[in-house]
Amino acid sequence: MQSLQEVTEEVLRLAASHFHVPRAQLSPDDDFFKKLGIDSLQALDLLTRIENHFHIEFPDYELQGVSDFRTLAARIQARL
Amino acid sequence: MKSFAGTTLSWENANGVIELKLHREPCNEIGLATLEELERFAEALESESKDIAALIMYSGVSAGFSAGADLRELYRRSQPLRAAERIAGVREFLQRIHRVLNTIDAAPITTIAAVHGVTFGGGLELALSCDLIIADKMARFCFPELRLGLIPGFGGIPRLKRDLGNGVVRDLLLTGRSFNAAKAQAAGLVSQMTAEGESLRAARATAAQIQKFDRETAIAAKRFVKPIPYEDLRREIELFCELFSRPAVEESLKKFVESADAMPYLP
Repeated sequence: MQSLQEVTEEVLRLAASHFHVPRAQLSPDDDFFKKLGIDSLQALDLLTRIENHFHIEFPDYELQGVSDFRTLAARIQARL
Repeated sequence: MKSFAGTTLSWENANGVIELKLHREPCNEIGLATLEELERFAEALESESKDIAALIMYSGVSAGFSAGADLRELYRRSQPLRAAERIAGVREFLQRIHRVLNTIDAAPITTIAAVHGVTFGGGLELALSCDLIIADKMARFCFPELRLGLIPGFGGIPRLKRDLGNGVVRDLLLTGRSFNAAKAQAAGLVSQMTAEGESLRAARATAAQIQKFDRETAIAAKRFVKPIPYEDLRREIELFCELFSRPAVEESLKKFVESADAMPYLP
């Protein structure tokens, strides 16, 4: 099983690559809505990319209240 | 069938295949303007489909196929009205959209929805009126209506009940969660999944295959396997209107419309 740190790093890389933000500008505690400048539709896009990348099902209600990469990664890890 | 270019959608005849393109930003929300143009499309489909073998429905906007009913318009239009007038207005809208989707559902041609991105609520119901759904791997499907205190109103539940196992219908309806394309394909909702941005190409290839078949046989086969659930569709309108009459729904709509949250579709 991947560690939380590994999952967080993969999420940061995925987000940086897709939303064209330099990886070095993202850190685990960043608010991904603010840092990536994304709206609800783009958040769904990120969710789908996460599901496809990690081969998991991630119900969108589990995103409720989650805004930083580290917590997001922890939710993902719980589904791996 | 003649071509048409509208403000929310357009269609053209590509050698016997009608391509209906939705192009209302931000995500093909279905309000009165879209309904009127869909009605025009349904009329043309009924009267001019003799030279047509297939229909492909797709979206030209990047966010997705359709985010469903235009809730902001619904809220804005219903605000000045008294309760009875609000319900009458909603009932009329539903009856009109049902006529359109029933026409597409029963059309004597093979129909394909080529979808990507957000395919939610009324957008999913529009796709469900087609015989086949071809989705790119970034498509997401959802019935979020329970979050507003409503059920899907454009014929979604009767069509899902017809097409899928009841467990999947319950999952989509009662949790309000969204399925990705792989999950939707595993559930039987999606017939083909493609790479990102490839659903329209795959739909065109499928339509080309359909054109090889004898038209009368294709019509007979479709009628044999695809009954229209008219009684359930009528009951859906009644149940929707009953739920819509509750004050809690108006509150939910207001909250959604006025929300500044990053993810307003979540309750």
